[in-house]
Amino acid sequence: MNKTPILRRIWYKIRRGKRNGHMRPLQPEQVVQMVRMVAATRPDEIGCDECFEQLDRFVELHLAGKNAAEALPLVQDHLARCGDCREEFEALLAALQAELEGV
Amino acid sequence: MSERTNSEWLEALRSPQADMAIADLRVRLLRGLRYALAGRGITEADLEDFAQEALLKVLAELDSFRGEARFITWAQKVAVRVALTELRRRHWREVSLQDLMTERDDSDFTPAVLTENAADPGQAAMRTLMLEKVQRLIADELTDKQRLAMMAVMQGGMPLQEVAERMGTNRNALYKLLHDARRRLQKRMLREGLTPDDLLAIFEAT
Repeated sequence: MNKTPILRRIWYKIRRGKRNGHMRPLQPEQVVQMVRMVAATRPDEIGCDECFEQLDRFVELHLAGKNAAEALPLVQDHLARCGDCREEFEALLAALQAELEGV
Repeated sequence: MSERTNSEWLEALRSPQADMAIADLRVRLLRGLRYALAGRGITEADLEDFAQEALLKVLAELDSFRGEARFITWAQKVAVRVALTELRRRHWREVSLQDLMTERDDSDFTPAVLTENAADPGQAAMRTLMLEKVQRLIADELTDKQRLAMMAVMQGGMPLQEVAERMGTNRNALYKLLHDARRRLQKRMLREGLTPDDLLAIFEAT
């Protein structure tokens, strides 16, 4: 049976959509995780570059026993969200702490 | 060792006789990295390599030091990033985004997870309904690229840096892409009269 071109196109689209892995809906627990991330989203988040830019100041405030989170709240916020930046902050802290203690 | 001030460091490192300052800086970076990476099983040869690479980067980027912290703090920050970037690259070298997704597809996850702890059938039905609704919003609002990025970041614990590299972008741009995706979903949910907090209350109530 002949399908009209438009129908054929739609049919093709549906079949292709089914085959493509990325077209599948997310798993329920991924949806919940995503909603959690959306719930915590704020408009003024900074990116990794801006965080890195201020990280040295942030870590010095922290080491001086000052409230770094209050002084640089967006850095604190980014560190809470971004594992890469948090790992770098912790490593930097360890490096500087060792230096301060003269070990 | 008497500590140089920021301007003394910069002056010494930029002078034609910078050898001594460079050697001092190298020692400091090496020592810093030793503590920064303690417990990760890094070899001495690797530490030396990281310190050397970091030293070159610090010297190349002297002009970008803005003097908002101690010079040595800034230099250690650069060194830590050099070393961790390389370590992440090595650790994830063999893993593709596809591997990350497939691993997840093979798990014997059943959708019952969300409904089995529901207090009553009505609650379970509500959850299923909302789940489908959010899935539809995600499909409508996000580009394939945004969905791929969100899934990759959520599932395998792959660092942003590594996901970014596999998507042909960089870490900062990927963070911005994800932020934009989260913002779009947030706005759409509000337009639909759903707050993320209400949804979580529905999904997480026991």
